[in-house]
Amino acid sequence: MSESSPKNAPSRRQFLTGAAAAGAGAVAGGAAGATGPDPLITEVQDWARATGDGVDATPYGLPIQYESDVVRRNVEWLTADTISSINFTPIHALDGTITPQGCAFERHHSGAIELRKQDYRLMINGLVDQPLVFTYEDLERFPRENRIYFCECAANTGMEWAGSQLNGAQFTHGMIHNMEYSGVPLRTLLEEAGVQAQGKWVYVEGADASSNGRSIPLEKAMDDVLVAFKANGEALRKEHGYPVRLVVPGWEGNMWVKWLRRVEVMEGPVESREETSKYTDTLADGTSRKWTWVMDAKSVVTSPSPQAPITHGPGPLVITGLAWSGRGAITGVDVSVDGGKTWMPARLAAPGTDKALTRFYLDYDWDGSEMLLQSRARDGSGYVQPSKAQLREVRGENSIYHNNCIQTWWVKANGEAENVEVS
Amino acid sequence: ALANVFGLGRPALPEEIAAWDLDVSPDGTGLPAGSGSVEDGEMLFAEACSICHGDFAEGVDNWPKLAGGEGTLADKDPLKTVGSYWPYLSTAWDYVHRSMPFGDAQTLSADDTYAIVAYILYSNDLVEDNFVLSNENFLSVEMPNADGFILDDREQTEAHFWTDAPCMENCKDSVEITMRAMVLDVTPDEGDAAAEPAP
Repeated sequence: MSESSPKNAPSRRQFLTGAAAAGAGAVAGGAAGATGPDPLITEVQDWARATGDGVDATPYGLPIQYESDVVRRNVEWLTADTISSINFTPIHALDGTITPQGCAFERHHSGAIELRKQDYRLMINGLVDQPLVFTYEDLERFPRENRIYFCECAANTGMEWAGSQLNGAQFTHGMIHNMEYSGVPLRTLLEEAGVQAQGKWVYVEGADASSNGRSIPLEKAMDDVLVAFKANGEALRKEHGYPVRLVVPGWEGNMWVKWLRRVEVMEGPVESREETSKYTDTLADGTSRKWTWVMDAKSVVTSPSPQAPITHGPGPLVITGLAWSGRGAITGVDVSVDGGKTWMPARLAAPGTDKALTRFYLDYDWDGSEMLLQSRARDGSGYVQPSKAQLREVRGENSIYHNNCIQTWWVKANGEAENVEVS
Repeated sequence: ALANVFGLGRPALPEEIAAWDLDVSPDGTGLPAGSGSVEDGEMLFAEACSICHGDFAEGVDNWPKLAGGEGTLADKDPLKTVGSYWPYLSTAWDYVHRSMPFGDAQTLSADDTYAIVAYILYSNDLVEDNFVLSNENFLSVEMPNADGFILDDREQTEAHFWTDAPCMENCKDSVEITMRAMVLDVTPDEGDAAAEPAP
């Protein structure tokens, strides 16, 4: 797989090289002052003499080559094949809150299908006055909304239930993206068909072979669910459901049905494979929760983290990360550098918004000693992100899904960070 | 219900609804007429399913196991299969019919699907080898874990996570590292990095 190529590998060797180079830089550029004139300043560089690319060089641009490590990554051993599988957003390298679509994670059950707008059909049927078929063009004629929401896979952090496994925020917390969606409220389409009084649920399914059918209570369907066709200003990417996907704010990513082809109004839930065999959460006594739709408040420090070590030595350090909650807006994030003994309030880059990613910063003067770095989110409902011990106490270790525990990074004196659990 | 407010879209035709509305509910709603035997299912399974799921639905390599795991749900490593975990037979029929075989979905007839589901039941020791599954007797099959599910109860069992004033100072006496990802060393592309010794 391309993801395995050494080019993209944040190997320990690269880390050490980077640390050594940064160490030299620290001497040159730190408080000690320059040891001599910097040739990057004193010598005329190519880019200051010759010309760059013309405006016709790149009709649709990709990131500069030096950012080639900011890519989706696959973990081969997680799934039987790459078709019904997952990859991970490089959250360790991003800032702000909007996820670039090109590196926003994917989760498919029968691959990313190619569905042209001309071939697209959306059916509304079941307990409605008039079953309807819409074309893509029809959808663009309904009144539109723009909303920013996170889509988090129910299994995000799922590999970490029984211990620390994967060494990097991308792998432990990267089954998430956050986009600005443009689309039509599902409510509008349901009202167009006329929901009958017996209708209590909708069953939504995709055009792909897996179908990914899920049941959603009518109240949610009529509340804030969007039928979206644009994300971050442009058409959805193929792998994110082009041309139309469902956006189900605050709820587990599995319900965000891609390549949406049908919405059926029903009296009861279908209890499909994706809400019985999968996306049910087994507790320690062997019983399982079903319909665990909401994603609870959660956060993670994205830098420093195992893939984003400190390379600049002691002194000013930006500790930053993401917080989000399916129950509303993030109201605060606390950061600990001592494994949760003491906490400091972090600064939110902007006030939290409903069911969307929030960026936080703690501007810290690092003395070069080891840290056990944690973040703890709070949301508008008063919910405080729990520790893994607190979660395990209620749920055991076999829930697979909905692991929103506090993450710990062990930042060592050399600036390297590791995924650990602490007492 | 309101009258159409925008007049967009067009009425769906019965043939179109029949082609796409294939879901089957726990009470059997949506099941087409038909039947299939364990014996026919064994043959179909060997042709279309066993390369991934094994001759006896026991699974090959990392592919899903469809049988076994009875009584393991409270174990350290539960084995969740159609027999040990799935609450409704309707789900098995619906999912196989619409989404299997993987890579060649929607190629099974209704009778094929009844037969394959009958064979999966047999592989889980839930029916005899002469069993014939049909839309008529579908609901007579008892699924062992039918009562194994509860509604999301987080707001009750995790009510203590809602707290006005989380601890800010002197929250713990000591903090020890209890687990390390580098010791497990399963992160991709770290193969050339030897795991560090534990502290």
